[in-house]
Amino acid sequence: MGLESAFGEGFITTQIDALISWARKNSLWPMPLGISCCAIEMMAAADPRFDISRFGSEVMRFSPRQSDLMIVAGTVTYKMAKVVRKIYDQMPDPKWVIAMGACASSGGMFRSYSVVQGIDLFVPVDVYAAGCPPRPENLLAALMEIQKKVDKSSVLQFQNNTMIEPPVVNK
Amino acid sequence: MTELTEKKLKEKFSDFITEVIYFRNEQTFIVNKSQILNILTFLRDDPELLFNFLIDLCGVDRAKRNDRFEVVYRLFSLKNKQSLRIKCRIDENDLNIDSVTGVFGTADWHERETYDMFGINFINHPDLRRLYMPEDYQYYPLRKDFPLLGIPGSIPLPKK
Repeated sequence: MGLESAFGEGFITTQIDALISWARKNSLWPMPLGISCCAIEMMAAADPRFDISRFGSEVMRFSPRQSDLMIVAGTVTYKMAKVVRKIYDQMPDPKWVIAMGACASSGGMFRSYSVVQGIDLFVPVDVYAAGCPPRPENLLAALMEIQKKVDKSSVLQFQNNTMIEPPVVNK
Repeated sequence: MTELTEKKLKEKFSDFITEVIYFRNEQTFIVNKSQILNILTFLRDDPELLFNFLIDLCGVDRAKRNDRFEVVYRLFSLKNKQSLRIKCRIDENDLNIDSVTGVFGTADWHERETYDMFGINFINHPDLRRLYMPEDYQYYPLRKDFPLLGIPGSIPLPKK
């Protein structure tokens, strides 16, 4: 307040955390990991009727290296689990994960030897979206929950994340 | 048509047919596994029968009955619009049966699936690897003694 009056027009004072979190939460770039029917609802969330771009997340990146939000939309089998984890590892920090639908959250109706009973067994999950599949509104609700979480985060929180060691290549 | 199939098959393989079943207009032969190649070749090539299409090949676990496993061949004659089922019973202690890939090329992946799910070994199969499960998996998921949720820890998950 005092400083702004000293500098004149065109200046504001704020906290760097508030500014960066505000920028991050309104421009989450999702990695759409559509691996079964939930992906259809995820696509619907991007269409003009539901319009995910209202929340700044319309830039679906099909490369994990350019995204900071992984939407796991579908059934994850044990064979697929390695792939999901690899994609998660390739995303730069800070990153968030939505487990979309019953299958990704808990294995859903597939109580079976081939399906992982919830992706939280091998990646950290921030928000679980309920439904089978969840309606687009529900995915948007999950996205808003992520935004709340991002808003509360601090820049320093991500400083200590260790780098992932490069894989050892067999010679 | 079904009578003709039965007559012709019994003429040639009478010693190897253990049972003929008719149920809801479906014809099923239970045959000895040693002759499966000859029987399928005969059914495919006989000019009157012409069962030239292998619709499906799968395995069955009959649990505690004698000859625990069964391999089912579903044939169809595109010319006569006639279908036929052949079953071979396999004992648990000798899980071998001749591969029919030489007679019907489409049997390749069906036999791999049956091998993957039941552990039935198809002799002379060109590429008998698992079809669905990881290659180093040690169990056969569709056997009756396999738990529905699998064996905990048998497929490693990535570290969190």
